[in-house]
Amino acid sequence: MTLTITRSGRRPAHTPPPARWRSRKVQGWLYAAPTAVIVGVLFLAPLVLVVWMSLNRWPLLGPATFNAPANYLKIADNPLFIDAVLFTLKYTAITTVLLSAVALGLALLVQDRRPGIGFFRTAFFLPGAVGFAAAGLLFYGMLNNDFGPIDPMLQALGITDEPVKWIGTPNMALFSTITLVIWRFAGFNMLILLTGLQAIPAEVYEAAKSDGANRWQIFTRITMPLLRPTMALMLILSVTGSLLAFDQFFVFTNGGPDNSTVSMVMVVYRDAFFRFDLGGAAALSVVLLAALIGLNALMMRRLR
Amino acid sequence: MTRYVTLSALAVLFLFPLVWSGYASLEEPSNYLEMARFGEGVGTYATNSVLVSVMTVAGTLAVSALGGYGFARFDFPGKNLLFLATLAILMVPYATILIPLYVLLGYLGLQNSLVGLALVFVMFQLPFALFMMRNAFEALPRELEEAALVDGCGTFRAFTRILLRAVRPALITVGLFAFLASWNDFFAPLILLNDGSSFTLPVAVVNMTQQTFGAIDYGMLQSGVMVMAIPCLILFIVLQRHYVRGFMSGALRG
Repeated sequence: MTLTITRSGRRPAHTPPPARWRSRKVQGWLYAAPTAVIVGVLFLAPLVLVVWMSLNRWPLLGPATFNAPANYLKIADNPLFIDAVLFTLKYTAITTVLLSAVALGLALLVQDRRPGIGFFRTAFFLPGAVGFAAAGLLFYGMLNNDFGPIDPMLQALGITDEPVKWIGTPNMALFSTITLVIWRFAGFNMLILLTGLQAIPAEVYEAAKSDGANRWQIFTRITMPLLRPTMALMLILSVTGSLLAFDQFFVFTNGGPDNSTVSMVMVVYRDAFFRFDLGGAAALSVVLLAALIGLNALMMRRLR
Repeated sequence: MTRYVTLSALAVLFLFPLVWSGYASLEEPSNYLEMARFGEGVGTYATNSVLVSVMTVAGTLAVSALGGYGFARFDFPGKNLLFLATLAILMVPYATILIPLYVLLGYLGLQNSLVGLALVFVMFQLPFALFMMRNAFEALPRELEEAALVDGCGTFRAFTRILLRAVRPALITVGLFAFLASWNDFFAPLILLNDGSSFTLPVAVVNMTQQTFGAIDYGMLQSGVMVMAIPCLILFIVLQRHYVRGFMSGALRG
């Protein structure tokens, strides 16, 4: 391998690139090859396949036949899906507001380094390490009228007279699920906000204090505006996560009572594996994907 | 002082469910014995979960370390496109990709296979993992690598002997995220595994509640919850520092 430098300092026009440089290109590809294979085979290929499936009558077993656009047209006639869209939107709105409020409260409480604060941060985050399915089963037992401790405790405190139907009515099922979600995810969102809070320079606070600002003014005029990008990120994650909710409803309420807590993704799952209609499920997923990308683009534009 | 009172009250609220579940699972020591005999035996499901998690962690570490090094130190055609395609995984809903994956893994002979499931988990981990590893390799001083190359090492030897050791914290972070995700995930195994003997813990234990409707053994259920939760709680407490760092540097900007 020799490096030729011409008088003018430029390489002659037809000299190929040095061998070492070319081999680095090949090497780079070799290092990236496993990534390319995984992304190509397990992400891009299924992405193409789901669109193709949505254009076919595609039963769980047996051959597929082209039937576009039947799978898309029948979405409008799927009353379970329409109800699920409305329910999921309602769930997303309530969850996002409550979760953000709780996470912000927690983040403000633990933002300063004080003795023992590490323990509290860990305590608030710890539920996040537990799997969502396990958390759902935990609440399923904890809120059970005969077995769980919550009803006896509430009755002993005189708050309720009789066992509460925690997942027995549509509203209570929604309320209980949101409680579960806040328990599981508040610490996660607190951590997101904490990164934003700690990025605010101490001098800004000191300057505000020396200008005579009170705590409320500091919060509304300094903390909140400077936290905006982080809040935006948390909102996007929370909205996206809630719109795609599945585990919490499948495990904890099982869609009940009377299909009142069936989320959009649950309908996709039911169409595919209970009604054996993979084509219909694929069409729903394509619609979901398009809606989500549109919504994300919209949120990023409005919030940033 | 009031701050500590508030904090303590909240900590009790957040920790209570975990403490109760542990207590309820131990109330009848036979809970764990019954759990052990449930279905194919909890040992089978736990083994499946361990196998999938180990394969996922190993696969994610291997693919993202190689890829991260490639992306940090080499230029090659299609580099940016591949990176964007990897990050795009974050944009696509889980359900959208799992339905065709169910069909695709069938074509590949990997339906109902723990290997297939682990490969899917590796794919889902890649955006975060690749981003973390690329940043970790970029942060290393170039001299570290050049010294090794001058000593006559090829880039691969420099990579395995020297650079991997230098990015160990990032590897721990990536491994921890991969473990928590694959151990806890419910939706992917629910769709991709259809034979009871290949179920992972979350699917098996949830099945337990939905099959035996009306006659659920709640104590046994909580022992199932504990079997699933305890490894994660321990790992999280021990490796918390790495989790938070990964969170600050990768998870957010990724």
